[in-house]
Amino acid sequence: MSITVYVPCDSSAVSLGADLVATAIAQIAAKRGLDIKLVRNGSRGMFWLEPLIEVATSKGRVAYGPIQPDDVPGLFDADFTQGGAHALCLGLTEELAYFKKQQRLTFARIGKTDPISLPDYVENSGYRGLKNALSMTQADIVKAVTDSGLRGRGGAAFPTGIKWNTVLNTASPQKYIICNADEGDSGTFSDRMVMEGDPFVLIEGMTIAGLAVDATQGYIYLRIEYPHAYEVLNAAIATAYQAGYLGDNIQGSGLTFNLEVRLGAGAYVCGEETSLMESLEGKRGLVRFKPPLPAISGLFGQPTVVNNVISLASVPVILDKGGDYYRDFGMGRSRGTLPVQLAGNIKRPGLVELGFGLTLRELLYDFGGGAASGRPIRAVQVGGPLGAYLPESQFDTPLDYEAFAAIWAVVGHGGIVVFDDTVNMAEMARYSMEFCKIESCGKCTPCRIGSTRGVEVMDDIINGRNLDKNIPLLRDLCDTLLNGSLCALGGMTPYPVLSALNHFPEDFGINA
Amino acid sequence: MTESGTTQPTVQEIIAALKDKPGALLPILHGIQDTLGYIPADCVPDIAAELSLSRAEVHGVISFYHYFRDTPPGKQTIHLCRAESCQAMGGRQLEEHVKAKLGIDFHETTADGKFSLEPVYCLGNCACSPAMQIGKAIYGRVSADSFDATITTEASA
Ligand SMILES: Cc1cc2nc3c(=O)[nH]c(=O)nc-3n(C[C@H](O)[C@H](O)[C@H](O)COP(=O)(O)O)c2cc1C
Ligand code: SF4
Ligand code: FES
Repeated sequence: MSITVYVPCDSSAVSLGADLVATAIAQIAAKRGLDIKLVRNGSRGMFWLEPLIEVATSKGRVAYGPIQPDDVPGLFDADFTQGGAHALCLGLTEELAYFKKQQRLTFARIGKTDPISLPDYVENSGYRGLKNALSMTQADIVKAVTDSGLRGRGGAAFPTGIKWNTVLNTASPQKYIICNADEGDSGTFSDRMVMEGDPFVLIEGMTIAGLAVDATQGYIYLRIEYPHAYEVLNAAIATAYQAGYLGDNIQGSGLTFNLEVRLGAGAYVCGEETSLMESLEGKRGLVRFKPPLPAISGLFGQPTVVNNVISLASVPVILDKGGDYYRDFGMGRSRGTLPVQLAGNIKRPGLVELGFGLTLRELLYDFGGGAASGRPIRAVQVGGPLGAYLPESQFDTPLDYEAFAAIWAVVGHGGIVVFDDTVNMAEMARYSMEFCKIESCGKCTPCRIGSTRGVEVMDDIINGRNLDKNIPLLRDLCDTLLNGSLCALGGMTPYPVLSALNHFPEDFGINA
Repeated sequence: MTESGTTQPTVQEIIAALKDKPGALLPILHGIQDTLGYIPADCVPDIAAELSLSRAEVHGVISFYHYFRDTPPGKQTIHLCRAESCQAMGGRQLEEHVKAKLGIDFHETTADGKFSLEPVYCLGNCACSPAMQIGKAIYGRVSADSFDATITTEASA
């Protein structure tokens, strides 16, 4: 009997040496004549332990980590293929508190399975949602998604079922499903983990969306910064075509859904859905005026569903287990689970999928273990570069769209970036203005010119020049951006800037 | 049509293979940059003609996207993350080190032509900040020392 050893192929694990570890394991096993089956799985999302390798034993999968190539001979000496004792042995993977306390619905398979193995996917509840969908009416599929309470995980939190319903009810010979895989927000990597770690769940979700609204063509708009996800997606798509899960006759139903990955080219604004469609059409990524809504007139002027990776990857479990099952997780009007991403200066960075409602404090300390530097956490930015900075006094806010809105903050795509007390918040505010300047599509004057002015004003403030005049000027600029921008790039840059100013005035030279 | 002795497709072949896709311009530009490392200005008239666009339109698209370049890069391109999570883990100091070590600023290429340096705004490796990419290879928890070691290996590769 060969022994199965798992070494993640996730980019973050690879960035810490997982490929070298896999090579070392294969070489030593060959030299010692051990029969090993090496599986490159996704990551379990506990990145302080990566590269985290696992071995299948009769008691379950045993984890070792973090492992460097140098550790591999010692692991063999300790009989790790039998789950042997070793200083880096972590015990059973699924008993690790960080993992065990989670509610993994969307991420149910990630880290367990071989991402590009279709048999692995199907054996682990894959394609059950599609099977159900194929026996349902379109209206019933949309109703299941509406009943689940799923709201878009890309940032705007718009109810997914309502969007699908509009596309379903807009007659047209050609409709499209677009997966927004531009994942530009710093501090986020959940889309990447899904695409690299369980690509079939995204393909299945998009296929169900296509069947639900009568769209026969799907595009995944993937950022160029994710070359590994590109390879994995293309491999999985090719397999899905061969197995009749994509193409002209999906599982013998006579229904069609085709899918193609398209690459972006390093423009943050192309994550905005109308800019994304311009880009897919081969143009500059200028944001479009709305209306018309993409659901009515989107890609090439046709009705189009645009959804985030996590939104679409949550559809299969909803169709498998029912809208009610998903809706029973969460709090208030934030239903289901959110894959939170803990990043920045944090001891235990990683992916934590849980029903909405946990407080920031629980995430930062119970899961995250505080700052990596061992210093106090001073600020966290939630929801990407357009999200507000929160001080410690707001750490008891539960993760919930409405609770965040009430404190002038956003949950966004669920990224949390942690800063310790060495951060200078005026520098961070300056960076936000600079980012807006670099990434502005240029369509509106406040965003294009205002961000350049914003950088200059922040430079003056940082140098302590004329604060009496420059602080009000900064507030005025933010007002103009808030009220005079077509999209959230200009419209929300004031969130990080003003939250930094309001919560950390001492960094701006103001006596609190 | 293929030049003898080369396995790389020519610009004309790339355009011909992709021009019938809906929204073909970005796939074509990617195809050219993948093959040549950049998009030479003399490709623009061909692309424009095949897609029935004006040269200005094609040029406008190339210049809109940060990733596309119209000058040849160094042998290796280093994409260094400047975004928030990496800043929280010492990214600003690393950036200073990288620029000093290579003797160049962002958007420049070293005099020996070995490295180009480009900023990037998140590589999705924020759980292992600070992060960088060299070619398609990704690196996490990059320190000044690990950076020096990596480029020494890459330069001799
Ligand atoms: C500047 C800007 C960048 C955005 N970037 C992304 C992104 O990278 N990924 C994403 O899913 N949504 C992004 N969005 C939100 C999209 O416009 C859109 O709301 C989303 O793709 C809809 O999918 P959802 O309903 O499933 O969230 C961005 C919005 C703005 C204004
Ligand atoms: S706010 Fe900025 S990015 Fe958004 S449409 Fe206006 S100019 Fe473009
Ligand atoms: S912020 Fe640097 S990798 Fe995400």
